[in-house]
Amino acid sequence: MMKRDECFKALARHISDQVVVATYSSAVEWNEINPRVLNYFSMGAMGLASSHGLGLALARPDKRIVVLDGDGSLLMNLGSLVTIGAVQPKNLVHFVCNNGVYEANGSHPIPNPKVDFSGLARSAGYAACYDFAELPSFEQQIAHVLEQDGPVFGTLHIERTRPLTYDYPTLYAAEKRRALKAELKRTAP
Amino acid sequence: MAAETDEGVSDDVSLSGGQIIAALKQAGVEYVLSVPDIHTSLGLLFPIASDKDLRLIRVCKEDECIGIASGLSYSDKRALILIQYTGFLDSLNAIRAVGVEYKQPICMMVGLLGHEAGKLPSESGRCGVRIIEPICDAMGIQHLLVSDDADIPKIAPAIEVAYAQSKPVTILIGRRPKA
Repeated sequence: MMKRDECFKALARHISDQVVVATYSSAVEWNEINPRVLNYFSMGAMGLASSHGLGLALARPDKRIVVLDGDGSLLMNLGSLVTIGAVQPKNLVHFVCNNGVYEANGSHPIPNPKVDFSGLARSAGYAACYDFAELPSFEQQIAHVLEQDGPVFGTLHIERTRPLTYDYPTLYAAEKRRALKAELKRTAP
Repeated sequence: MAAETDEGVSDDVSLSGGQIIAALKQAGVEYVLSVPDIHTSLGLLFPIASDKDLRLIRVCKEDECIGIASGLSYSDKRALILIQYTGFLDSLNAIRAVGVEYKQPICMMVGLLGHEAGKLPSESGRCGVRIIEPICDAMGIQHLLVSDDADIPKIAPAIEVAYAQSKPVTILIGRRPKA
């Protein structure tokens, strides 16, 4: 099991011009570790992170899109795995942060904490699927995972580092959405 | 969402699927995101599926469309969401969050399966058909009814406004379009 903050810090060292789509607890922790214009916070409609990511990936095939999904969130939108498997966006990397609980809603367990997300993604048609439970393995492979042709799926077996402060107004801020759109426009091919 | 199925509703009103598709192209739509609906299957979805100017993304559940359309909009790519009213109802929280509160240009074309000829949707005997417009009103979502060919010219301007002002719009298809 990886500490989420250590996992995200390792990931951040490999993030440059990718768009990172993050949701709920992952979004809060990611924004603390790596605040940047190219972060896209998918909240308010739980489960849609992967769908937002697919839209971004379709619109900008020149740019890598990295989704930091939640386990409870993805369970609400499992069909998106099949949709993504059919569309086959080569530039989409989809991680699910699996801690087995609805952390943002009281840390109640998800219906089946033993669910094999990577197995589901594999059968849905993702090009490559991984499970990471140890930080050294994640650090060793993350560069390749981010660069290979997608859609790529990775289950990050993580545990909460510390209680998070859910500052939704800051994450939801319209200025963040405008800044992201402006940056995507500025860098459009 | 388990859609309602065909009940063989027919009438003599003319609503051209080809003209609707032309209106979508006029509005700059490149992507159509859809779960099949028997109401728009023959007149819209089959022609769209074979149209080389439009890219059809088939999704498993209608609320996926809301996220995909939002993601596309960040790079000024326009999408139309083609679903049945049952899927619209199933997606209300996503529409509320992404379209209404996030103020994203979410353009929905919603088939009113079972809408009776000669009646307004608000007069329908079907609960699902009857409540769509009041729900849009309550959510502050612009909506328009397309029931015959004379209504089709309203489609492209509505989509243009949605993208220009970054807000959702619901285009209700009151009759079964002809292929």
